[in-house]
Amino acid sequence: MGNQVIISIGREFGSGGHVIAESLAERFRLPLYDSNILEEVASERQVDAKRLRRYDEVPRNILFSRRVNGHSNSAEENIAWLQFEYLKKKAAAGESFVVVGRCAETMLAGTQGLITIFVLGDPEVKKNRIMELHQLSEKEARSMIDRQDRQRKMYHNYYSKVKWGDSRNYDLCINSSRMGIERTADFLESYVRERMRER
Amino acid sequence: MAPHILAVLIFIAMFLLIVTDKIERHLVSLGCGLLMLVLVFGLSMHSAEAVWETLNVGSIFRPDFWYGEAEGSSAGVNWSTILFILGMMIMVEGMGRAGFFRWLCLQIARMVRYRTIPVFITFMIMSAVLAMFIDSITVILFLAAVTLELAQILKCNPLPMILAEVFCANLGGSATMCGDPPNIIIGTSLHYSFADFISNTGVIAGISLIAVIVYFYLCFHRELSRSKGGVPASYPDPKEAIASRGDFIKSCLIFGIAVALLVSHAQTGLTVAFIGVFIAALTLLSQPRHAGELLRKVDYKTLLFFVGLFVVVGGLEQTGVLEEIAGWIGRVSGSNGMLMCAIILWVSAFASAFVDNIPFAATMIPVIRSLAAMQGVDLSVLAWSLSMGTDIGGSATPIGASANVVGISVASKQGHPVSWGYYCKYSAPAAVLVVAISMVCIFLRYF
Repeated sequence: MGNQVIISIGREFGSGGHVIAESLAERFRLPLYDSNILEEVASERQVDAKRLRRYDEVPRNILFSRRVNGHSNSAEENIAWLQFEYLKKKAAAGESFVVVGRCAETMLAGTQGLITIFVLGDPEVKKNRIMELHQLSEKEARSMIDRQDRQRKMYHNYYSKVKWGDSRNYDLCINSSRMGIERTADFLESYVRERMRER
Repeated sequence: MAPHILAVLIFIAMFLLIVTDKIERHLVSLGCGLLMLVLVFGLSMHSAEAVWETLNVGSIFRPDFWYGEAEGSSAGVNWSTILFILGMMIMVEGMGRAGFFRWLCLQIARMVRYRTIPVFITFMIMSAVLAMFIDSITVILFLAAVTLELAQILKCNPLPMILAEVFCANLGGSATMCGDPPNIIIGTSLHYSFADFISNTGVIAGISLIAVIVYFYLCFHRELSRSKGGVPASYPDPKEAIASRGDFIKSCLIFGIAVALLVSHAQTGLTVAFIGVFIAALTLLSQPRHAGELLRKVDYKTLLFFVGLFVVVGGLEQTGVLEEIAGWIGRVSGSNGMLMCAIILWVSAFASAFVDNIPFAATMIPVIRSLAAMQGVDLSVLAWSLSMGTDIGGSATPIGASANVVGISVASKQGHPVSWGYYCKYSAPAAVLVVAISMVCIFLRYF
């Protein structure tokens, strides 16, 4: 338990936060949890993961959902809680891992060894990256970024009291456009090593 | 500002806040109730009498609140409903703790030898029968959990079963006075007995249940017959569900007493408030070691929600808003009783599909009372139309009734998310079918 380290990475769409998380997981030889949590959840319950994936990190629709005694009809909300419970179980078992999104900084708050990071980026740089990655026009890329970030924000803010991307909610917020994705990952690696050394 | 405009604004604010689900609904209804008392009755109407009438505390101390034909006062906070629901919550908690529901589900599954289609049909019937006496949330909470467990063993999709069980729980609730909160409110406010409900809405629900079983069978029998099969090594033993044999027998006896008292309350003169308090006391005395735990598990938030709701509706009633709505329905229907019933039935069903049917029913009771007085239509026929509309309309969408939300949530947590499209594809036509059957039954029997 004493050596446990959990790196939680929140990210803006297009900032390269996911790539950074992959890189950190590789450097520290830790498992990476993202949408693959649903594979595990589905296999535990002997159901098809494909049916769960469409609700991954999607905000619930306020007008079409209702809560009764702690139960909700929202598939998005129920799938989100399945993932939160999965992460909490792993953290409680003393496992070390890197997790992308999924309100991990809120859900795992108080866990020893939790390091919370938020990766953002300049709009121009994010747009160029998304255009290249998804072969989109400038307009399409901007609209995709806006849509994805709006969804992530709504999703996060429903489960967390502190707002998505608010620096007070994270140990470190970093703009990946300043040094590029690779050097940002280098910097974060040294930050995490320093934090681990302190303990 | 005129009191009736203020009352309507508070009422609309309450509905919007409930729908947006940002603040817990009991806080919303209590807050709006307080605003109604201070702003409408106090500052606008300067009427201490209206406050007293709406709070209705005096009714609890009258003998006819506990014994006699009248079911307390019909205006303001309906304490009979609140005490009855409190009592049933304690009884149901005791039954659940003793393992009654799980035992019953597993016992029935064993009786039909764990065959998929017979389990599907018997669980629908069991859901409807249990929901006649027990709140549908509890019924579905246990039934859906066992259904998921059996579906995993039988290797079939549990969603058709859960959807059908949820629908039947709402339908069963419409059959009796104690099955669904709208019926409890209608019964206690308009002084109808258990026998009145079972011989009117009960008959309609019975006919509808047959139609619904056929409907869901036709929808799902192919899918369920295709279950991947294989004979499992073992099935869960019903006996394992029983936590304590003594508590189990006691909770079965108390449930039997509750049913007997409810069925005969018109003859014995015992009011539902008395029955609720008596059954709660019996449950607590029979399990003294767990009395504290049973009391802690009561859903006080729902009871507080009811208190606030009754105050808000009382405000609409005192300011004459509901009478105006009744007058409008009377004018639209041209004083035609059949048209009036059809409007109440279909509007209630449609509204209940999207908003909580409890505030809707509570609001509509003074409306149908005024309609009956102004237009000379039989009040009971309007009451049965309102009951069937609110109870069945809620089945049409995932958010229409509490049982739907609970059933979907239990399924989703086991990895079976239910989308609006999937739910409405099967349940909305079933709801339309039952509302149509109800309308035909009401027309044929009462006109």
